[in-house]
Amino acid sequence: MKFTINVWRQSGPKEKGGIATYKVNNISDDMSFLEMIDVLNEQLIIQDIEPVVFDHDCREGICGMCSMFINGEAHGPGRGVTTCQLHMREFQDGDTITIEPFRAKAFPIIKDLMVDRSAFDRIIQAGGYVSVNTSGNLPDANATPIEKQDADAAFDAATCIGCGACVATCKNASAMLFTSAKVSQLSLLPQGKIEASERVLNMVKQMDLEGFGNCTNTGACEVECPKGISIENIARMNRDYISASLSSK
Amino acid sequence: MSKLNANIPDGSLADKWTKHKAKIPLVSPANKRQIDVIVVGTGLAGSSAAASLAELGYNVKAFCFQDSPRRAHSIAAQGGINAAKNYQNDGDSTYRLFYDTIKGGDYRSREANVHRLAEVSASIIDQCVAQGVPFAREYGGLLDNRSFGGVQVSRTFYAKGQTGQQLLLGAYSALSRQVAKGRVELLSRHEMVELVKVDGKARGIIARNLVTGELERHSAHAVLLCTGGYGNVFYLSTNAMGSNVTAAWKAHRKGAYMANPCFTQIHPTCIPVSGDSQSKLTLMSESLRNDGRIWVPKNSEDAAAIRNGNLKPTELTEENRDYYLERRYPAFGNLVPRDVASRAAKERCDAGYGVNKTGEAVYLDFSSAIQRFGAEAALVQGVKNPNDDEIRKLGEKVVESKYGNLFQMYEKITAQNPYKTPMMIYPAVHYTMGGIWVDYNLMTTVPGLFALGEANFSDHGANRLGASALMQGLADGYFVAPYTVGTYLSEDITTGKISTNSPEFEEAENISRKRMEGFLNNKGSIPIEVFHRELGKIMWSQCGMARNAKDLKKGIADIRLLRDKFYADVKVPGKMNEMNPELDKAGRVADFLELGELMCIDALTREESCGGHFREEFQSKEGEAVRKDDEFAFVAAWEFAESDPGKSKLHKEELSFQDVKLNTRSYK
Amino acid sequence: MALTGLFLCSFLVVHLIGNLPLLSGDKEAFNGYAHFMTTFPLIKIVSYLLYGSIVLHSIDGILLTRKNKAARETDYVKYNGKANASWSSRNMAILGTLTLVFLIIHMKSFWYEMHFGSVPTYISEEGVELKDLYTITVAAFQELWYALFYVISMMGLGFHLWHGFASSFQTLGLSHSKYTPIIEIFGKSFSVIVSLAFASIPIYLLLS
Repeated sequence: MKFTINVWRQSGPKEKGGIATYKVNNISDDMSFLEMIDVLNEQLIIQDIEPVVFDHDCREGICGMCSMFINGEAHGPGRGVTTCQLHMREFQDGDTITIEPFRAKAFPIIKDLMVDRSAFDRIIQAGGYVSVNTSGNLPDANATPIEKQDADAAFDAATCIGCGACVATCKNASAMLFTSAKVSQLSLLPQGKIEASERVLNMVKQMDLEGFGNCTNTGACEVECPKGISIENIARMNRDYISASLSSK
Repeated sequence: MSKLNANIPDGSLADKWTKHKAKIPLVSPANKRQIDVIVVGTGLAGSSAAASLAELGYNVKAFCFQDSPRRAHSIAAQGGINAAKNYQNDGDSTYRLFYDTIKGGDYRSREANVHRLAEVSASIIDQCVAQGVPFAREYGGLLDNRSFGGVQVSRTFYAKGQTGQQLLLGAYSALSRQVAKGRVELLSRHEMVELVKVDGKARGIIARNLVTGELERHSAHAVLLCTGGYGNVFYLSTNAMGSNVTAAWKAHRKGAYMANPCFTQIHPTCIPVSGDSQSKLTLMSESLRNDGRIWVPKNSEDAAAIRNGNLKPTELTEENRDYYLERRYPAFGNLVPRDVASRAAKERCDAGYGVNKTGEAVYLDFSSAIQRFGAEAALVQGVKNPNDDEIRKLGEKVVESKYGNLFQMYEKITAQNPYKTPMMIYPAVHYTMGGIWVDYNLMTTVPGLFALGEANFSDHGANRLGASALMQGLADGYFVAPYTVGTYLSEDITTGKISTNSPEFEEAENISRKRMEGFLNNKGSIPIEVFHRELGKIMWSQCGMARNAKDLKKGIADIRLLRDKFYADVKVPGKMNEMNPELDKAGRVADFLELGELMCIDALTREESCGGHFREEFQSKEGEAVRKDDEFAFVAAWEFAESDPGKSKLHKEELSFQDVKLNTRSYK
Repeated sequence: MALTGLFLCSFLVVHLIGNLPLLSGDKEAFNGYAHFMTTFPLIKIVSYLLYGSIVLHSIDGILLTRKNKAARETDYVKYNGKANASWSSRNMAILGTLTLVFLIIHMKSFWYEMHFGSVPTYISEEGVELKDLYTITVAAFQELWYALFYVISMMGLGFHLWHGFASSFQTLGLSHSKYTPIIEIFGKSFSVIVSLAFASIPIYLLLS
């Protein structure tokens, strides 16, 4: 297979970026999208052109590091996949593919396709935890039974990989799906309920400080989320937020 | 060869840890505030250790090369985490978990460490639940368990197929809480490139800021390496792309011994390599072997026809199929342990029976299971005289309910429907049991340098049991290191801040800078990736699933040649003081090129077959592993010498087994 | 946004019912309704609430749009919005602006005239002095462009509601696997019925 690759090149956060066009040949349809980029990069190195910088690590769709905006969609045209799980057979031979970084003010570009998503870390630091120290004397794990439905819903929310596709795809660059996934997971579990009010207020505050946009319920995040995190979590967070705001002292 | 002191406490096995904890010196809260600790790596071991030490009051700096601690590759673990809770009342106990782990490791691990691991395992589950880890639960609201290979009890806690993710996010939450409190300084996108020793003690690291390219000096009273395994020495593995040995190898070069580096776990059920540009292998949970039957064609002509695409596997009749595991191991069949299943697949493919384009794949076939489940379901549902089609449909439904997500994952990667055509699988490098040698306190041979999790060698011997890696990472980080590191630090309360202006830091930084400049100024023409791929091929063919002296010697020679070629011809683009992933990769590959040689040397030295280490010269007539306990019941700890891995010196830690009797594993 | 939006939805219902006499040509009923709406004290209070809501909803919308635009400083070269979100959900600001422009013109034409303009009066059958808004309205919609403007605006309103109605519930956190689908269907039906009903008035008056 042959492709024409339009890829965003930007040498640094403050530098002006633009689209560069390259051709790649000899791509097999079994290759993953990132392997296609590997081939492109090896070719660029030989031609004395700086290789395209991009984030990637586990290449099995769980670490959340890969982050490309492909042909106008976060993680490309596939559903329920990260960029590393997208395969070239999803494209037609001879296609032109446009690749851009995840764009948001809160995700400044580091270089080329690599962006800084530490805003997500700071949102978690604002309250995405249960305040319990390491101890060998905690209550037995089975001391508090948890309704299976709640445990499963908490798990579903907890499968968020923090890739930022929700922000990238949202026309408002909103981080509501990410934030609400963590808020939901913990507020559904008895262990997390205790500090739920404070958590939701602090995490939402941090989310706003980071410069993410607001949710207008387009639902695009849910469609593009590689883990299928539901926007029900956003509603749950809104509910928690309203009641926490009203009841806070 | 000198003897190593593992500092195992006295007393009976069951009392060692309790007594040891009771006797260790403490550090007062005021003094803890004066003490700095560096934690390198933020996987299960690193995140949990950093969080726990910060909670105690130490000043912690946590480093990871990824953009966030949450990306560490612990996240990819699927199956579960073992703990001796005995919730199922099926006879589990601390001792049984200890015994299973020792036996599973083919009697090449240290009794005292393994027993401690089993002891603290239950606390891990309590800790994780308190943190909000959403483990799978039963309808009654209590925790669910599943069973795993090599054991007869159900002690594995899980969160669907994403247990590693959930546990890591729990540890990451705990870490984040300490970051918010200012107790942990988080340095993501930083890679440790050198260890700094002052007066013989580990006192800091040189780290490269991967965004700006600057070399930074960081000092501390102790350094914890939680940097995971080195499976990527094989180029293709189930590890993440960034997983590397650099931090561990730099420590090794500075005096930390590497123990049993040749012990590698090769997992039998991975998706095969599809082409030369493949960068990564994906694991399919071993639970598939419960219902799938593994086979290759009986005749090599059929295999060739399949490879050429002239024959479909479904067209091959039963008598023309070779269910080689069932043939060789009638008692265990498709459920033999990982190492045995892997070697058997390799044997068939090497003999020319492989079934994919590259000839390196075998079938994992669910058609029998689909038939069986289908017939059962028809009976239960009262379908009278079901035809084949109906049975198939019903059977596929049952298989889907059991393995649906795995089948879907397989289809995403291969574009083949595993319900209709057998899956293709092949073994792949998955985990490294070997690692930095540590004593009972997890301290390496460099005072003040600790190694936790997969980075150390201590608990899994020559073969790791499923669902034990997560257990070890969290045990080390949450429950062992906070005690043992504190013991070491109790002698440092009056030391004061370690200066980064000392000649030792200066020298370490200069060495790092020179090495990197050397790469950048090299007038080579070959991309780094080419060398890594080549190294992987050498390792896989000479030091892979089955090893022999001749191949290992050839491997050593090939690696040395490749290393020379690397330094002469490698082309590293870009500059020093900028984001430059190729430069980072060059450093990692350079270290792999040294480690690879040491692995071959270790494999050559160990003239026996045990666990994942199979020497073809040491097998029974039936082709089974032959262990030699009288000669090789030791940990091979290698000291780096004379700037050349080929000159590494062997030190032995003799393993003594007081509580278990050494037996031969048989699966016939 | 959600609260004001839902309140405005409730007003739409009242307004629509009040305007239905236009379709039946019932001059008395319509003018009576207009009279009632401009003089009844309680309605006065509610009307201020309504004006407040319109202003709040608009300002909120403008602020929201500004903040959301600022959250992405550089636009994508290629953005395939239709792949994952409905057209109306992606164009709420434009649809809202169109509705606001319509509202201003609409209020200038009728509300302003009714309150401060010189609408001819007459004595109704019940002996009350009524302003003859009916005749003015019927006359206004004889103009093709004016009627057309109304119809287009109502389509805009329809699309605005198509997303906006159910979206308000989501914002308020009222999501439930059983009830949310019902709210969504109701919201969509509501948007179609309300916009078609309103649009039918100018069309009817133009044609009749």
